[in-house]
Order: sequence, then structure tokens, then C-alpha cells
Amino acid sequence: MTGTALLFLVLGLGLIGWIAGRARAAAFVRSAKNGPRGTVNSLPYYHGWFVAICGIAPALVFMFIWQSISPALVTDMVLSAPAAADLPQEGFARAAILSEARAIAQGFQTAAFQNESEKLVPLYKSALAYYKWIGVAATLLLLFAGGAYAFTRLKPDFRARSKVERVVMFGLLVASLIAIFTTLGIFASLIFESWRFFSMVSPFEFLFGTEWNPKSVVTPGADNGYGAIPLFWGTIFIGAIIAMIVAIPLGLMSAIFLTQYASATVRKWMKPILEILAGVPTVVYGYFAALTVAPAVRDFAVMLGVSNAASDNALAAGIVMGVMIIPLVSSMSDDSIAAVPNAMRDGSLAMGATKSETIKKVLLPAALPGVVGGVLLAVSRAIGETMIVVMAAGYTANLTANPFATITTVTVQIVALLTGDQDFGSPHTLAAFALGLALFVTTFFLNYVALRVVKKYREAYE
Amino acid sequence: MSKAMMEPTPTDWNGQIMQKRIARRYAAERRFKVMGFLAVALSTVFLAFLLFTMLGQGVRGFQRTEIAVDFDFPALTSGTTAAAISGPNADAILNSIDVPGIVELAVGQQYGDISEGLLTTGAAGNVRQMLMDNPGLVTSKQQLWLPVDSRLDVAFKRDGEAAAEQTVATLAQKDALRTGFNWTFLTGADATDPSAVGIWAAFKGSLMTMAITLMLAFPVGVLAALYLEEYAAKNKLTDMIEVSINNLAAVPSIIFGLLGLAVFLTMFGMPRSSALVGGLTLALMTMPVIVIAGRNAVKSVPPSIREAALGIGASPVQVVFHHVLPLALPGILTGTIIGMARALGETAPLLMIGMRAFIPAAPEGFTDATTALPVQIYLWSDEVNQGFVEKTSAAIIVLLIFLLGMNALAIYLRNRFETRW
Repeated sequence: MTGTALLFLVLGLGLIGWIAGRARAAAFVRSAKNGPRGTVNSLPYYHGWFVAICGIAPALVFMFIWQSISPALVTDMVLSAPAAADLPQEGFARAAILSEARAIAQGFQTAAFQNESEKLVPLYKSALAYYKWIGVAATLLLLFAGGAYAFTRLKPDFRARSKVERVVMFGLLVASLIAIFTTLGIFASLIFESWRFFSMVSPFEFLFGTEWNPKSVVTPGADNGYGAIPLFWGTIFIGAIIAMIVAIPLGLMSAIFLTQYASATVRKWMKPILEILAGVPTVVYGYFAALTVAPAVRDFAVMLGVSNAASDNALAAGIVMGVMIIPLVSSMSDDSIAAVPNAMRDGSLAMGATKSETIKKVLLPAALPGVVGGVLLAVSRAIGETMIVVMAAGYTANLTANPFATITTVTVQIVALLTGDQDFGSPHTLAAFALGLALFVTTFFLNYVALRVVKKYREAYE
Repeated sequence: MSKAMMEPTPTDWNGQIMQKRIARRYAAERRFKVMGFLAVALSTVFLAFLLFTMLGQGVRGFQRTEIAVDFDFPALTSGTTAAAISGPNADAILNSIDVPGIVELAVGQQYGDISEGLLTTGAAGNVRQMLMDNPGLVTSKQQLWLPVDSRLDVAFKRDGEAAAEQTVATLAQKDALRTGFNWTFLTGADATDPSAVGIWAAFKGSLMTMAITLMLAFPVGVLAALYLEEYAAKNKLTDMIEVSINNLAAVPSIIFGLLGLAVFLTMFGMPRSSALVGGLTLALMTMPVIVIAGRNAVKSVPPSIREAALGIGASPVQVVFHHVLPLALPGILTGTIIGMARALGETAPLLMIGMRAFIPAAPEGFTDATTALPVQIYLWSDEVNQGFVEKTSAAIIVLLIFLLGMNALAIYLRNRFETRW
């Protein structure tokens, strides 16, 4: 029996429990109506849920635990057999044979590449069958025990509703805690893998080195080409400089035009169009940048007389990224301009200032904190953006301010380092996690500051 | 105080200086307005240019060039009957008559020295399918239209290599080429030959990934939103939950990919590049979006509803699940669809969990190695073969149509069911 089939069996039995509990409670209701014993405490379906939950919950918890511990038990049983005694003791070869034998026994793989694993297949098969049988039996036993216990507790005055509601509240709390677990998971995995990386390569080299040419075998103390300064610079140059030169004026002016000048009809049509820009997947932007914008930029550079313009230049990636960011800057500016009290605007207009003077001298200065917060969020979004730079910017680390040159970014290098089937512990893979940590910390910081700025600004006018 | 001071000299609005100044101010006003208009126009033009570029190229991806090949089936199959290949052992008989050999022979007879590499790799499969669908073909001479090789395809549609252009010119003179609709593109999987590729496998992979994402992110997101809006006490734990949700909504997507790689693949040993792991990773990414949208929807349900329900004796759980949740559901669904649309277009986290392999078949189960639409676009965009350019754009059209459909559904839901209190 597979895990899915067992899951459906458990759920099906739970449904039967629900029906049985509800039927019993319905009988209570009927007799309470005729007899002198008063009313039933909870509605019949709460009794049903009580039985179903008492049956299903322990069974599911057991299934989950069993899923995670049974592989180790199976391996132990196989290793304790005499046939496993002549396995190589060396860790990597041993693990390879074991995992191959397991894959064949489970039917994921048909033929063995190693002779030793062939012998272990029947052992694995029997061990898997043995523990699967135990697992199924224990799951069903728990289910019936829980269900039966719950069924015997049903009485007319049994408070089924409050019991069920307690479970519901617990479920709600667990659902909210998943966000914390995810954040902790990100932190823990990034820090753990980065720690392993920094035990091979010195953090000093990583943070202050100017040469990025990562070697797959590192020698402690020597220069291994893991200097990330060119990557940090490339990320800032493309995401925080070029993209913002495009996005800030266009986004801000769009917001001003749509909120202050445009008629209601124009606004109704143009706002969704700007939102479409935000909804286009980044892989589409990346393809467009690589296919259309980058060659155009190169031709333009050649026209200007820049001879060494690359086809995967930083400018194309930056421009397209800026366009992607426009809606974000625009909507944040929109919000903060709208939050400026009307009295300030009306006052300025009443004094005879023109609309543009009011905007430039009254609205924008008042809205500035909100706009700055929006820009910070936009920068955080831009430096974490991956597909546009992977497809349009280059892979060569270059410490230059020439927008027509090839420049690489942190996200591009994370993708590049994880390309190819490398062993998880290799310095390349671990370096990707160190870069990820740097990215995570930076974006976290930017978001935090941006949200603080926006919040403070909103409070000022409320 | 003298009278003169109380009445300052009135500004001479009609004087030359003031008129000039007003003209200057009005000019600045117009310039500013035009700048605003240009900003909006520029963004729109960029979007239009992007869409037209993709459409212009992508349309060709849905077309294929076909070549007329004459089959003298009775001679080539040594008299196989229609009944034989429509019966229960049609497969075995079709195998025994060697369809690829027949195709090669027929093309060789008709086109002589240029027949080498004329047809795409899947052409024999097409012939076989035609015979299966219509066994009557086998009893007579037939002219079938078969897809040509990608080089010729490119040369026929636009400019290709010189040699291919020459072959196409020769064939076009004979009137042997035509343009047909590329059904393979909608039904097939990835292939090395661009004229044999299809989008179905990637599409199915995306659907399966999205199914996992929806199954996990939607219930968790809705429950978390209900908890935070309705029940959570104001304490440290609630603050922490809120901070992590706001933070997760802004974490770069590639970081979620790293999490998936470290936790789901390495720690739990789940199958690489499967829809299961992809769906889990994207679910973590989508969940905060649903929570934030859900909280706004729950918040907009007026307190009078809750008070009325409480007043007639509903328990707090009943108030939320019987009254607040149904009223907030349209808003939650709109947010969910928008979050799902974002997840559908997401590429970077899927690359991190190994969804970049060449997968020539559609996935059968949630643990099979698969690819997804945006990943397929990325993989094709990396190909050097010219024939892939239009396929990439065609795949982008499919993705954009799907996203447009989802967003339209979200807008429809919002307009149809949203209640303004």
C-alpha cells in the first residue's frame, strides 16, 4: 500500500467516523425531544467532527513521524544482515551503493550500476515491506483506537463543540506559525551553509577581495578567487543606479500625471496598463532584454564610438529592470501623494501657485519620506531580481563603471554556481549560499528601513 | 501707521514684467504636464513594443513549414491492408512495416540528392499517427504534408543559412512547401530539434506545481489571516508573526529557491526537479501574499456582522467560519489568484531546485522530474539554434495568455462578488 492510498484510507475512515458520531448525536437529539432529559449540548455535526478528529489526527501525526524515521530503520535492518558485512567502509562509496539498492527496491531505478547493490536489493525489499506493514498496521490501530475512544465519550451533555473549537484554534495558530518557521528556515539554512563556506574561504577574502574567479578546489590561506566586491558593485550598478535612473523619474512622473492631471477616464485605463507592466513575468523581460534591447544598446554604443561594447551589457539589463520597477515606484508615490492633506494643496493653489508649482514645492516635499520609502523598496526588489540579469547581463565579473561593458551580479552568480550537478558540499554550492546570505541581509535591511520610513511618514499626517 | 503703508502699491498684473513672469510660469506648467504625459506614454510604448515583439515572433512559432511527400503505400508496405493496421495488434504491424524506413525511402525517391535532412526528426511519428487515425490511407497512393527540418523551417519563414535558403528555393519552385498550424507545439514536449518541440509537458508541469502550491498556500494563508485578524492577542508572538510575514513577502524569490535546495532536496531528500518540491517552494513564497490579501479582506467585513452573530449566541469560531469567512472569501480569492499568477511566472526558485534539466516527456506524477513554463522559456532562450527564437516567443505568448486569463478572473471575481459596506 502506498502512502497516498493509506492517506485516502485514513481520510475515508475519518469520514465514516464523522457519520457515525453524527448519527449517534442525532439519536440523542431525538430522545431528548421525547424524554425528560433536556437538550443536547452540541449540534450533531460537532459530535461527528469530534470522532473524526480523534481518529484522523493521531494517525496523521504518526504517519508523518513514521515517514521520517522509517528510512533509517530500514537501513539499520539491511546493514545488520550478514550480506551487508562486506560493504566498503569508506563513507561515500557505501552511501552510493545503499542509495542505489534502495532506488531499485522501490522501483525508481531498473538496473544496477554497481554489483554490490544488486545483492542488497532483496534485503531492501524485505526490510521495506516489513516496516511498511508495521507502519500501516500501527496507523490503522491508532485511528481505530482514537475513533473508538471518542465514540464512547459521546453523551447528550458532552461538550463536543468546545473540544472541536479548541482544535480549530490550535490549527489556526499552527498555520500562522508557519511564517515564523519559514523565516527561521531561511536564516538557519543560509547561515549554516555560509558557515561551512567561511570555514574554507576566509570571510575577509569574500567581503573585500576584488577578484571573482571561484576555484572549485580551495586551499586555505591562499587567494581562491572568491572576492565578491565586483559582484556587489555590479548588483548596485545595475539594480540601484541604472534601473533607478529609469524607474524614479518615470514612476514618479507617471504617478503625478495620473493623480494630478489626468482625467478620470485616462486614469481608469492607464493604471491597469501600468499594473500589467508589474505582472509580466521577469523571464519575459529577460528574454526581451537579451533579444531586442541589448543588441540595440550595443549598436547605439558603437554609433557613439565605444568600440568594446559587449552584447550582454549592463545598460540593457538595467533599463529593462527599471521599466519593470516603474509600477512599484509609481504606486508607492501615488499612495504618499494621496496621503498629503488636501488643506496643504488647496492652500497653495489659493495663493495663486500653478499646479506644477504646488506639486513641486508643496506636495512633493511633504510626500518625500513616502517616496523615499518606495524607492528603497524598489531598490530591494531590483537587487534581488534574478531572471533579467541572468538572461541579459553577463557572467564575467568586472569592476567597471562602463555601462556598455559586461557586468555580473550576485543573483547571476548564485545561479551560475548552482548550475551543473555538483556535490552539495562543494565550495561552489556553499559560496552560492554565502552570496544568498549577503542578499538576504541587504534586502531585509532595506525593507525594514523603508517600512519604518513609510510608517513614520503616515503617522505624521494622521 | 500711515495710510500708504496699509495700502501697498497694487501689483500691476498687466505690466510687461508680470505678463512675462506669468507666461514663464505657465510655460513651466505646460512643460511639467507634458513630462508627466511622456512618462506614462513611454511606459505604455515600452509595454506595447514588448508585446508586439513577442507576438510578431511568437505567431511564427505556432506555424510550421510542411513539405509534400508522395507515398505509394501499397508498394512501400508490400500490400498491408487497412484492416490489419486498425485491428487490435495495429501497433505490432506498424512496427513491422518500419514506418521510418518507408518515410526515408519515399522522400529519397521524390527529392533525390536534397532529401538528406529534409524532414524533422518527428516526421516518421507523424506518418504513423496518420496511419493509425485513418487506416484507409494505406491502400492507395497518397500525398502527405510532413513538417520539415528546423533549418529549412527558419529559411522558409525568414532568413536562414545559405544552403538551407537554396534548398527552400528549389522546393518552393516545385510548389512543394506550405505553411501549416503546428499542432506538435501544443501537444509535444521538449526536444533537441526546434521543429519537434512542444509546450504541453512544461504546461502540465506548471499545472501540477501550481496545484501543490494552491493546496498548501491557500489553506495555510487563509487560516493565518483569520488568526491574525480575529483572534491573535497583542503580544510578542503576534508581532513576530507579523514581522516575518511582511518580511517574507519582500524576500527575493531566489532566496526561496536556496531554502528549497537546502531543506527539501538536501535535508529531506525529496526528488530533484519534481513538481512536489517546486510546489512546496512556491507555496512558501505565495503564502505571505495570500495572508496579506486575506487580512485586508477580513478587515473589510464590518464589525456589526460579528456583533450580530455573537449577540444571537454564536461562539467566536462560529462567528468567523459561518459569517466572516464567507463574506471575505471573494477578496481572499482575488488575492490568491494574483499570488498564484505571480508564482506561475516565477523562474529563479525553480532553477535552484534543479528544474533546468532536459525533460523530453510530460510528467506522470508529482515526484517525476519535470519542467515548468517559465523555466522552459528560459531553457529555450539559451539555445543557439535559430529555430528556438520563435518557439521561445510562442511559449511566452502561451504564458502571457494564461496569466491574462488568471488576472481577468481575479478582476471578474472582484467586480462580481465584492461588497462595499
